[in-house]
Amino acid sequence: MDKQNLQLDAEGNLRHFLTIEGLKRAMLVDLLDTAESFAEVTEREVKKVPLLRGKTIVNLFFESSTRTRTTFELAAKRLSADVVNINVPASAASKGETLLDTLRNLEAMHCDMFVIRHPDSGAAHFIARHAAPHVSIINAGDGRHAHPTQAMLDMFTIRRHKKTFQQLIVAIVGDVLHSRVARSQIHALSTLGVQEIRAIAPRTLLPVEAASALGVHVYHDMREGLRDVDVVIMLRLQYERMQGGMLPSEHEYYRLYGLTEDKLRYARDDVMVMHPGPINRGVEIDSAVADGPRSVILQQVSHGTAVRMAVMSRAMQRSQAVVREPS
Amino acid sequence: MSERLPEIDKVIDGMARSLADAIKRDGADEPLMVGIRTGGAWIAERLHERLALKEPLGMLDIAFYRDDFSHVGIDPMVRPSHLPVDLDGRDVILVDDVLHTGRTIRAALNELFDYGRPASVKLAVLIDRGGRELPIRADIVGAELHLARDEHIKLQGPDPLSFELRTDVDG
Repeated sequence: MDKQNLQLDAEGNLRHFLTIEGLKRAMLVDLLDTAESFAEVTEREVKKVPLLRGKTIVNLFFESSTRTRTTFELAAKRLSADVVNINVPASAASKGETLLDTLRNLEAMHCDMFVIRHPDSGAAHFIARHAAPHVSIINAGDGRHAHPTQAMLDMFTIRRHKKTFQQLIVAIVGDVLHSRVARSQIHALSTLGVQEIRAIAPRTLLPVEAASALGVHVYHDMREGLRDVDVVIMLRLQYERMQGGMLPSEHEYYRLYGLTEDKLRYARDDVMVMHPGPINRGVEIDSAVADGPRSVILQQVSHGTAVRMAVMSRAMQRSQAVVREPS
Repeated sequence: MSERLPEIDKVIDGMARSLADAIKRDGADEPLMVGIRTGGAWIAERLHERLALKEPLGMLDIAFYRDDFSHVGIDPMVRPSHLPVDLDGRDVILVDDVLHTGRTIRAALNELFDYGRPASVKLAVLIDRGGRELPIRADIVGAELHLARDEHIKLQGPDPLSFELRTDVDG
């Protein structure tokens, strides 16, 4: 309850963007619509609008990331905000205290928004709970919990190709249970009302009981799971799973769950292939598929900037309203 | 109050005639018409048709350029701007429905220049209601209305077009 209300203000408008969970369909659709307008901006001669002029946005990354950090940075700059990138190597000791100290210091520098990536689940919520009233927090990935802007850019990409969500069958392949991307995607897809969400993975990674709690249909065989799907979302294989004995060899995983043209034939003819990146070629996806005509992987990256511009400006307009109240 | 309001179709006809004269006078053979959403776009569509302009019509949504973001946020109805033709070196006719404070036109000019460097920009408005807060005037004015500060006129549309006139209750 607390987690869900934390990201909305008293009027139900976006204040922080921490998780898709608890957000209504109308709000997700509004973010996608707003992102459409920003997508047009990124195709212009001057790819910049003056919306957040004079605001300062801090990218606070406790975990390395090139793509996500870059698109957040581009999004902020295209909104005319000033951007500061801070990479903090995560330290094992007294994380809570360090986080709060970092937060207080940045607030003292009059920053308006923090984009946070952290290896601990719940880190962005923690910071949002302790942030000053005028500061907005955007979750750029926290542990295994959520990566809501990635999910939104995936929804944006799906809507661009399929127009509506209602009739779609979407399969997510790989380590669904431990993936913050998959978790956010599942919440977004079900809020937007797709017909069916499937998860395809080995039994060791995906026990049926655990997955059905998320409201997805579980498959352990690629050919069965891909039958008639409109969208396939491949997840990156995390190597630490393999070391933990949860998976056979890389080669064996590719044979069973790697996306190849051969397996893709079971999906619908107009299937779209997605991957949040970075991709492991020849591990979870064949190069021919990743670079093939049904792949929208690079479009996902392009859409990342517009979607993040929408999230940032919507969250920021609320924090402005909060500041305005006393006058 | 409604007897003060002009007939929209006739006003647009008058604007089209003035624009045709201005285009001929200035030798701007193939002007680019750009409407400001939403009311200005409706007027621009009609003018574009009446003048039989060759170049496709452009649309601006100035939501990202407004000067009141920190007070009211982004218009929830924002839609993508669309300029189908390169703006560089072109003669642009910017079209809006009601010219009031001039802030919308300021925002539209800023947005326009993010697409390129036009040779010239003319402003055509359906109604000039006075009350300017910026040094902006229109080249083509369909009709002038003298409204009090607490009176507001809004174009309803797209089909048919009509005026909505209201007075602030709490003034």
